[in-house]
Amino acid sequence: MNSARTALSRKIAVHAVLITYVVIALFPVFVILINSFKTRRAIFREPLALPNADSFTWEGYQTVLNQGDFLQYFQNSFVVTVVSLFFILLFGAMAAFALAEYRFKGNTVMGLYLALGIMIPIRIGTVAILDLMVQTGLVNTLMALILVYTAQGLPLAVFILSEFMQQVSDDLKNAGRIDGLNEYTIFFKLVLPLMRPAMATVAVFNMIPIWNDLWFPLILAPAESVKTLTLGSQVFIGQYVTNWNAVLAALGLAIIPVIILYTLFSRQLIRGITSGAVK
Amino acid sequence: MTALILDNVCKSFGEVEVLKNINLTVEDGEFVVFVGPSGCGKSTLLRVIAGLEDATKGTVQIGERMVNAIPPAKRGIAMVFQSYALYPHLSVAGNMGLGLKQEKTPKDEIIKRVGEAARMLSLTEYLDRRPSELSGGQRQRVAIGRAIVRKPDLFLFDEPLSNLDAALRMNTRIEIANLHRQLAASMIYVTHDQTEAMTLADKIVVLRDGQVEQVGAPMELYNNPANQFVAGFLGAPSMNFLRHGENSLGIRPEHIQLAETGLSARVTHVERLGGETNAILVTEHDEPITVRFFGQHNIAVGEAVHLTWDAANQFMFNAAGERI
Ligand SMILES: Nc1ncnc2c1ncn2[C@@H]1O[C@H](COP(=O)(O)OP(=O)(O)OP(=O)(O)O)[C@@H](O)[C@H]1O
Ligand SMILES: [Mg+2]
Repeated sequence: MNSARTALSRKIAVHAVLITYVVIALFPVFVILINSFKTRRAIFREPLALPNADSFTWEGYQTVLNQGDFLQYFQNSFVVTVVSLFFILLFGAMAAFALAEYRFKGNTVMGLYLALGIMIPIRIGTVAILDLMVQTGLVNTLMALILVYTAQGLPLAVFILSEFMQQVSDDLKNAGRIDGLNEYTIFFKLVLPLMRPAMATVAVFNMIPIWNDLWFPLILAPAESVKTLTLGSQVFIGQYVTNWNAVLAALGLAIIPVIILYTLFSRQLIRGITSGAVK
Repeated sequence: MTALILDNVCKSFGEVEVLKNINLTVEDGEFVVFVGPSGCGKSTLLRVIAGLEDATKGTVQIGERMVNAIPPAKRGIAMVFQSYALYPHLSVAGNMGLGLKQEKTPKDEIIKRVGEAARMLSLTEYLDRRPSELSGGQRQRVAIGRAIVRKPDLFLFDEPLSNLDAALRMNTRIEIANLHRQLAASMIYVTHDQTEAMTLADKIVVLRDGQVEQVGAPMELYNNPANQFVAGFLGAPSMNFLRHGENSLGIRPEHIQLAETGLSARVTHVERLGGETNAILVTEHDEPITVRFFGQHNIAVGEAVHLTWDAANQFMFNAAGERI
């Protein structure tokens, strides 16, 4: 009975810590959400109060949805993020597989070279990138952003994934080779499913910076039709007046897709851990 | 006909020579076991035969064909791995049938062969399950089934039993022996367990540091080891080696008897296994020696005894470990 009690109190302690952490982490999100439903005056008078009958308003969301082509921005951001993640994961995993699986001259050097990008911020090359995009006629296209974000995400992806690649059982790949599978089938059917947890980690690492980025959309794709959500929201932040209702509403909306993607990836994380097929 | 001929096979990883001039012939239908300590190159040799690694030098011939340049899937081999290596996304039937499917075997033929193999291995009721829903022993049987359905000219086993517990290991060992009888196929089996080697093999190949130390039938190697390494490697408990001037005298634990006179020794430990009793002693020259008694023996720790043996059963090895 005693040990049951200590187990219970330990459980309570653990949960208390975790819940405190969750509250702290979610607090800014909570503040954004409640204030997005309040009038401008109420936001400044009592920033932490819940919206009540007096202060409640849809105004922010109305402004956001009416002004500009918000749905379009949304779609742009979503396309850019998802396609960039797809390429980062695909090419990252392929490079990692090659580095881990095949012994060739300069294997180590190649691995180091690919990892170098982790230490050099891609923004240093902005001018050159812009120049390149102008020359290739990619300015003001989503493709420009996708290419840049893929390049930005690859070094870390290759680095993390090759670490995990080395843990994938050689026997499994060899069994595939003996059964006559080609290297692509071995990679896509046997190895990739085992890499899910690592890929989910990489995806989560890359998703938020891409979704939130203002720099490259502003420089490479400022045109109305290709604006991302973050860039689109800037119209509400003026030099003299800022439409806080609208900014908060835009931010509130921007959270939704991130949560959806995150939920998807985290489910992969858990499934990957529990699948354990070899041994 | 011969199932496999290795001619001067060498394998290096960079500077490291892992296999050195391996020459070996496996006759049709023969069960050949590679034994040797960890890291001696058994798996590497098996992988060279399978085509998963290229030999640095030398030729590999399977059946009538030189296979150095032929990919693993086309060599007419099948391999069973230590870690089972089942495809996690396929059912048991899918796992067993994949190799045939890749060879574009007709569907009904695949179903027939998978069914046959499943019956042989008592897996029929598990055909629709995923590997993750099977026990370790069942997984290993699926891995064996995957090899059987391909009807290979040569089976390759890489320590297939080392992940199983003792009881299951014995059952599966017998199952593999039965399989060999039924299929009459040529098999190469890698292990570092000398019991498996002795019980399964028609021919044992003892490897050390990438070199073949001795090749022969189990009892031939046991009764007539070419050197000290082979003598010490086969047999459990292993052979005793006593200093004898420059040389070394080898005598197996079961060949030693207690006597009134002879080498005097003191018992330091006794292992009672029921069917046999193993005593570990220290001789008057401070050398450890193991004695094996059949049945139950009342020898006790601390007891002072005298040991003798028939000189016909002893082996002499020189300082380099060679038999003299
Ligand atoms: N890909 C590789 N690169 C470099 N060295 C290797 C490679 N594969 C194996 N080796 C080396 O070759 C030697 C033999 O390895 P191998 O796996 O054949 O041993 P083994 O006899 O099967 O041992 P075990 O009983 O532990 O399985 C080892 O020293 C190992 O370090
Ligand atoms: Mg091995």
